[in-house]
Amino acid sequence: MSTTPSSPKSSRAVGVGRVLITVYAILAIGATSRSVFQIITEYSSAPLAITLSAVSSVVYILATVALILPGTFWYRVAWVTISFELAGVLIVGTLSLVRPDLFAHNSVWSYYGIGYLLIPLVLPVLGMLWLRRRAPGRSDA
Amino acid sequence: MIEWFTWVEVGAALLAGLLCVALGLAGRMPGDLSVGATLAVELLLIAQLVITIVAPFVGNHPTGSLLEFYIYLVAALLIPPIAVVWALLQRDRWSTVILGVASLAIAVMAYRMHIIWTVQIA
Repeated sequence: MSTTPSSPKSSRAVGVGRVLITVYAILAIGATSRSVFQIITEYSSAPLAITLSAVSSVVYILATVALILPGTFWYRVAWVTISFELAGVLIVGTLSLVRPDLFAHNSVWSYYGIGYLLIPLVLPVLGMLWLRRRAPGRSDA
Repeated sequence: MIEWFTWVEVGAALLAGLLCVALGLAGRMPGDLSVGATLAVELLLIAQLVITIVAPFVGNHPTGSLLEFYIYLVAALLIPPIAVVWALLQRDRWSTVILGVASLAIAVMAYRMHIIWTVQIA
């Protein structure tokens, strides 16, 4: 899998990383549209869950952008957003099991993302592995 | 909603998705077959949009939320064209896998939309 290691453009949006970015983008679109609907129609009934949904969709958008854009700044943004996602899915996933009353409406992260085929749980791990392989300054992994 | 059409859409998207992922993993570059399959999925979504616009005028109302249905449909309509552009920016085997992932996502979304249309609101 040696696709031009030190490409002048992006070292992350290459090879199988592009598939990863595709899944991120689809999740970002899915989470954002669901969140827009929840804010329009049912915000007052579950403000915590719905605010969380909105925050998570913004983070997915940011992570997608950070994976595409080159440079060390966006590399750091990618780490921060992807770590946030992993923490989010673990914390919210656990909370939705032990305190279901807090999550009357599902967010992307409820029940570890089961409504999204557990992709929200698996994706940050794959994202971190990819970031480690494509760290700036390293010739190639 | 026209139920059989939904199943055609889900089935076609699933087939197109599995086909493109398989072609890509087998090392095939994106070609007429994989791009064509993705465009066919998009055409079915456009047909779904037309059906959705017409349905309420012929007495075919959703029991679920029409707004939620439209939000999903618009999101779904965006995915195949963006995926084709993104896939073709760099042409390699992963481009074909990207097309497949997009169609698989459409299969899931079309199924979700069916549930949104037919759900019984308490």
